[in-house]
Amino acid sequence: MEESTKIIVDFIESKSKSKSKFYFNDFLPLFPDMKPRAVKKILSELVKSEVMEYWSSGSTTMYGLKGAGKQAAAEHED
Amino acid sequence: MAKHATPMLDQLETGPWPSFVSDIKQEAAMRAANPKGLDYQIPVDCPDDLLGVLELSYNDGETHWKHGGIVGVFGYGGGVIGRYCDQPEMFPGVAHFHTVRLNQPAGKYYTTDFLRQLCDIWDLRGSGLTNMHGATGDIVLLGTTTPQLEEIFWEVTHDLNNDLGGSGSNLRTPAACLGESRCEYACYDTQAASYNLTMEYQDELHRPAFPYKFKFKFDGCPNGCVAAMARSDFSVVGTWKDSIKIDQEAVAAYVAGEFKPNAGAHSGKDWGAFDIEAEVINRCPSSAMKWEGGKLAIDRSECVRCMHCINTMPRALRIGDERGASILCGAKAPILDGAQMSSLVVPFVEAKDDFDEIKEVVENIWDWWMEEGKNRERLGETMRRLSLQKLLEVVGQEPTAHNVQEPRHNPYIFFKEEEVPGGWDRDINEYRKRHQR
Repeated sequence: MEESTKIIVDFIESKSKSKSKFYFNDFLPLFPDMKPRAVKKILSELVKSEVMEYWSSGSTTMYGLKGAGKQAAAEHED
Repeated sequence: MAKHATPMLDQLETGPWPSFVSDIKQEAAMRAANPKGLDYQIPVDCPDDLLGVLELSYNDGETHWKHGGIVGVFGYGGGVIGRYCDQPEMFPGVAHFHTVRLNQPAGKYYTTDFLRQLCDIWDLRGSGLTNMHGATGDIVLLGTTTPQLEEIFWEVTHDLNNDLGGSGSNLRTPAACLGESRCEYACYDTQAASYNLTMEYQDELHRPAFPYKFKFKFDGCPNGCVAAMARSDFSVVGTWKDSIKIDQEAVAAYVAGEFKPNAGAHSGKDWGAFDIEAEVINRCPSSAMKWEGGKLAIDRSECVRCMHCINTMPRALRIGDERGASILCGAKAPILDGAQMSSLVVPFVEAKDDFDEIKEVVENIWDWWMEEGKNRERLGETMRRLSLQKLLEVVGQEPTAHNVQEPRHNPYIFFKEEEVPGGWDRDINEYRKRHQR
């Protein structure tokens, strides 16, 4: 799990200059030997442990590091 | 006195039908009066501000909502849709106005007690405005703020024993028609199927892993009361294999005018005497019916189970006894490529017990679509891009004649080399002995 977390976090951070939200499909190439539903379990764990969070438009859901991106600040209600 | 002047919305109230504008005004007045003395957890005037922002949008010809966000309940990737108003100073009551979707019970059977409790929660913690039901069938609770979300979630799950519905790139809340609980046309237990698959695929409902949304719908018969074939990526539609059961005496009674056709549904106007030739026989889409010598005959091999004759003469005609369901895939609304109806993939499954046959098809399709589907691509679009033939392979179905749309011109189904005796290579000299250039 730790190894998978590192792969995912490293991937997101390598892209952090251009984007903060990712489609589920973006993570599949990181784990070429795994079934998509196994990759989902890893991502779900990362959400549960508050490393990552979901962003949803209502029709599409994306994943990002918790607190990353400009919307995070704008959307939390004080 | 209304908080905002809304002349354009007021005009909507003058039409012949009940108006949502009147409903929102009624809720605004109710919240202002507060007869129950509630300690409202979100701004009391949010229905007024909702009307105000809508009037502004009508004037400006553009929306003032921002859509989407990181709001949600912990661990769930769906069920809550963030909405923010882009004019929060003008309309502070709807500055944050998130939608909550709840999973409706199968067939939408409620107790009044459940509805009262639900409204009590929503009056206190939300706008009091609901949409019963959304397009997917969910109970839609319109308008609350982020701090209320976990409270609502706790109360709905613990006090009402009810879960959130689907949103985002998830499995959406499955929907079923009333099925065997009310309807003699139901060919399988749609509510059991909907419940069973909802429970089985909880993780897909709550944690996103799909390229885009995915909808199941369960119709008990081809009448399609939840419009599975038009609306869902995965449509399960009741059907039967044997013949329509005919009660010849009852047919004669319809012809003699003793029974009203369509169970009297068209009695508002005088359509004249019932004409079985014009209203049933000639309307059969596959010309499978005959009316000769006072006897009705149906050619089973031609019947496409469109339900028209059964709907017209329900006392005389009944669905067959060898019942089950067909699985069709790929319906969607027209965001890309135009609207699409489902295509038949599995002609018949028994749809019984644990619905294992259906689940096997679902899981094969998901595995394929999760790998091959592009972001924001519905199953129907993946099917069009990669062919129905590919989907049939994934599901393990042999193509049949009805999978070919236009033979020899634009077929869905192509032969593969291993399926053709001798493959693509041939001895040209052998061939030329029999065929001149």
